[in-house]
Amino acid sequence: MTHRHTTRNTSRAAHTETDRDAQSQLDPGNSTPARAGAGRKGFGGPDRASTSPSGDTAPATLTPPSALTPPSALYRHLVARLGESARAWLEQALTEAAAQPGIHGPISTWELRIAEAGRRCGPEHADAARVLILHAARAGADALSRVYFQGTAAERRAVLHALPHLVAGPEAVPLVEDALRTNDTRLLAAAVGPYAARHLSPHLWRHAVLKCLFTGVAVDEVTDLDRRARGDGELARMLADHAAERTAAGRAVPQDLYRVLTLSDPTATPPAPAAEPGVRGGDGKES
Amino acid sequence: MRIFDPHIHMTSRTTDDYAAMHAAGVRAVVEPSFWLGQPRTSPATFFDYFDSLLGWEPFRAAQYGIAHHCTLALNPKEANDPRCAPVLDELPRYLVKDQVVAVGEIGYDSMTAAEDTALAAQLQLAADHGLPALVHTPHRDKLAGLRRTLDVVHESALSPDRVLVDHLNETTVKEAKDSGCWLGFSVYPDTKMDEARMVAILRAYGPEQVLVNSAADWGRSDPLKTRRVADLMLAEGFGEDEVDRVLWQNPVAFYGLSGRLNLDVPGTDATHEGNSILRGGA
Repeated sequence: MTHRHTTRNTSRAAHTETDRDAQSQLDPGNSTPARAGAGRKGFGGPDRASTSPSGDTAPATLTPPSALTPPSALYRHLVARLGESARAWLEQALTEAAAQPGIHGPISTWELRIAEAGRRCGPEHADAARVLILHAARAGADALSRVYFQGTAAERRAVLHALPHLVAGPEAVPLVEDALRTNDTRLLAAAVGPYAARHLSPHLWRHAVLKCLFTGVAVDEVTDLDRRARGDGELARMLADHAAERTAAGRAVPQDLYRVLTLSDPTATPPAPAAEPGVRGGDGKES
Repeated sequence: MRIFDPHIHMTSRTTDDYAAMHAAGVRAVVEPSFWLGQPRTSPATFFDYFDSLLGWEPFRAAQYGIAHHCTLALNPKEANDPRCAPVLDELPRYLVKDQVVAVGEIGYDSMTAAEDTALAAQLQLAADHGLPALVHTPHRDKLAGLRRTLDVVHESALSPDRVLVDHLNETTVKEAKDSGCWLGFSVYPDTKMDEARMVAILRAYGPEQVLVNSAADWGRSDPLKTRRVADLMLAEGFGEDEVDRVLWQNPVAFYGLSGRLNLDVPGTDATHEGNSILRGGA
């Protein structure tokens, strides 16, 4: 494999460690509620079986979360599942991107590849392919902004997943803020990943969590939920108020709300019985 | 019964319509970009609209178990406003998107020189991007408009079997069929076809390369017209296979020419277990 995308600077030990982390997220036995993880719920639906030409018996239905998986592991996962022509297309796309990184003219060659990744690799693999192409093109905040704002919803989601791999500082926060203003739950779920965990201000982060509850995005999608929610009295107040508002309207309070409330304020008393699992936090309508 | 509405402007419809369409059997739609009623004055508003057809609208459709694709173009009416013409320069970056299954709606409104230019340029864009074209035929001076449209198609790089001429009726169907193009009929109260006339045309000309759409939009229109045509076809003695051909297989074949049609409804439930209810359990 001559692939230039592999993370070469990573020490063997660290590499193994991160791969194990990524692998653990593929194991349904490790995933609490069955829908944990963002990236695998690809455009083609969450439970689609991928065919594995290598006869790999790993849970093929689960694509590793693009935002949480090191690009090298994502690459290995993807090439093991793509058919021959899709694999060849991906290799060429990555080679082109690495040979001419950054943005060129009205649209760079690798940006064209980003656009067509769904039909070339299959919608269920498009997220991973797009993240890998962005990584190969060494896209910085400027390039990521262009791809995001010129992208379809699927492309925007891939950019959000790529942020933790490509942007060290807070300069891409406006993209996360844009996604959090939408009502598209696929974008919202992608927006609350590791990059938001690192860089979103406390106020915006709290509103992001509340919006997840409101629109029915599972809080499992929120990276570092435990760390950021712990002892956050303002978040606890917002959650309690939201629960009170739903209770006053005779609506069920989503179980996720109690989970976060307990993190933010272990002494909080639930104001009403929790809803059955699966009850939406809201109707997705915010306007 | 499975229904593919090959021309409907969901941007102008409510979410209740999506629920009713799903209940009626609609599982796939194509939304052509068009005129919004209020003339636009700058390219930027087109781009927001195109972005919506590639972002928000497919998400809304998926919540109701309906696959959503679009066709993008500078529409004939607004092609006449020089302030909007720069849209043509930006179209290439949109025509590469996964969910774009044709260039459209293009064609004639008032048959002006600016419309000639935009139609020819966009047929070429379709050829360049491996896409078929959805061609609107004018509502005024329709037969002359059809003939001029077919002339431009024949002079273009796109072969007629990659062109759908839409809004046909009794006066235009024969020449359109003789051209080798795909045949689109909009079943739309007051101004276009109705169910009984549609069934009569199917009886006279057969179901080959015929697509029936609701063209539902902000006008007085009905997003369930596709189902009503299907029901009348059955009542009038057409078989279920013929209904499926007109209302599913033909649109799949035409838009499938793009190589980009994906009829699996994308999951919106990245997130959430209750979603299968919203998706209608489909």
